[in-house]
Amino acid sequence: MKPNTQQLIDLTTQVRRDILRMVHAVNSGHPGGSLGCTEFLVALYQAIMDRKEGFDMDGLGEDVFFLSNGHISPVFYSVLARSGYFPVSELATFRLLNSRLQGHPTTHEGLPGVRIASGSLGQGLSVALGAAQTKRLKGDKHLVYTLHGDGELQEGQNWEAIMYASAYKVDNLIATVDVNGKQIDGPTDEVLPMGSLSAKFIAFGWEVVEIIAGNNIEAILAGMAEAKAKTGNGKPVCVLLHTEMGNGVDFMMHTHAWHGKAPNDAQLAQAFEQNAATLGDY
Amino acid sequence: MTKYNNTGNKDTRSGFGAGLTELGQTNENVVALCADLIGSLKMDDFKKNHPERFFQIGIAEANMIGMAAGMTIGGSIPYTGTFANFSTGRVYDQIRQSVAYSDKNVKICASHAGLTLGEDGATHQILEDIGLMKMLPGMTVINTCDYNQTKAATIAIAEHHGPVYLRFGRPSVPNFTPENGAFVVGKAVLLSEGTDVTILATGHLVWEALVAAEALEAKGISAEVINIHTIKPLDDEAILKSVAKTGCVVTAEEHNILGGLGESVARVLSLNNPAPQEFVAVQDSFGESGTPEQLMEKYKLNNQAIEAAAEKVVARKK
Repeated sequence: MKPNTQQLIDLTTQVRRDILRMVHAVNSGHPGGSLGCTEFLVALYQAIMDRKEGFDMDGLGEDVFFLSNGHISPVFYSVLARSGYFPVSELATFRLLNSRLQGHPTTHEGLPGVRIASGSLGQGLSVALGAAQTKRLKGDKHLVYTLHGDGELQEGQNWEAIMYASAYKVDNLIATVDVNGKQIDGPTDEVLPMGSLSAKFIAFGWEVVEIIAGNNIEAILAGMAEAKAKTGNGKPVCVLLHTEMGNGVDFMMHTHAWHGKAPNDAQLAQAFEQNAATLGDY
Repeated sequence: MTKYNNTGNKDTRSGFGAGLTELGQTNENVVALCADLIGSLKMDDFKKNHPERFFQIGIAEANMIGMAAGMTIGGSIPYTGTFANFSTGRVYDQIRQSVAYSDKNVKICASHAGLTLGEDGATHQILEDIGLMKMLPGMTVINTCDYNQTKAATIAIAEHHGPVYLRFGRPSVPNFTPENGAFVVGKAVLLSEGTDVTILATGHLVWEALVAAEALEAKGISAEVINIHTIKPLDDEAILKSVAKTGCVVTAEEHNILGGLGESVARVLSLNNPAPQEFVAVQDSFGESGTPEQLMEKYKLNNQAIEAAAEKVVARKK
């Protein structure tokens, strides 16, 4: 049975704590984007995707997900663990020597839930297109989901893939862009202004769904349902998910400063005050 | 020495096309991707016979490599086709992260490798691709010598799980290996036995090595010729066995001296049985426009160059 909205919100709070503890423990990692995408990934894994029990690499008979912006691995690992792919206790090994939870996700260490390495940006959409095409060839009606950073769209390979997807009518794919307007060096509008992403995707022949309240579970569920309804109609589907980097921790919001910086002890305590444990820490 | 008969010049890329055509009929998991070079890669038949399994990507090689990686999820066995330059240098990071590090069962098939691409010049004549690919952990690197062997390798790598770089070329060259011969990844082929010098050749230079061995025989030098079609994993055992007998080695490849077959052989020898070695390879330069024959002569990659290197290395033994 799928969880209700309150259960999803509770899980979201716990995932936030996981993220903060993981990056704090090793004094490295990327909390900002992770916190911004917490609601999305919780909703995706717990309520949106049709997933098989357990994990296998064959990727057929279920919806599959690819994280293209691999640096938000803390939220990915936490959601995978809390969705049953591997023990929650393993989150304590994040970024440590000999861990399956590498700084950026990889298949290399055999971590269940991860189907492709990501970290070097801009490659995930192409991979997802390939998986979507194999699903078609094998008669698998399930969908392929992806997540990308908005800054990541500055990588040219994305636009090769975006062009291909509409030209060849890859309509079993929902690509979500985390539109938080920030990247390492500052606001995306200052680093490399990209104009209207919606206009760009529409011009490239995609369906576009905007989720303005991208940190609200109900808005995400409604927006993703709308996106799913648009699949199977000859066009790829893009979701522009407007999020707040660092969401849920007040001093991490409205700035790009926490893109790749871990909180110190006092900051961690302050963040915990805003996010009381709901399901128990790992 | 063992004599080989050229059954007629043919291009190695047509061997790839023929192998792919056969795979289309025998292995329904095989899919093919091409970046706007169907004719050059000889992928026309596969496209015609299996349009649902053929993917025209356009001039977008990064997307092609990424898509190929994704296609393996669900069990497809993707073969990508474009020129060697665009198969490697242009998409190195995509191959590194999405294919090699992710251990994806992608077959990167690269035509027009090396100088023998000819008149198009250095922009297209990659001489660094073997090095680029062999440095990637888990990547198998194959450079076939003629039409028959390229066809056999194309078919064989479908049964080899893991990423493979299959390198072949544009020009028509002697076709002399057995039709429908076995191809074993990582197993060198002893073509002709000898006692004075070992010639380890790959790709188009294998035939040149056989020609050189004949000339050397006339001069009283007995050359052992081995076809190193798989540069990684290298057949250390075959190399060491031969050099233990001959005491010296010539390596021959259509590639930069830095990063190619020769350096891999030097590593094996220095670790196990140091021996004099001469390198027939491009001397750390780019290529240029010209006919394949002119270029192979100017850059000293033909049978005369191998013959001279063999005489030199035999003299160094004393």
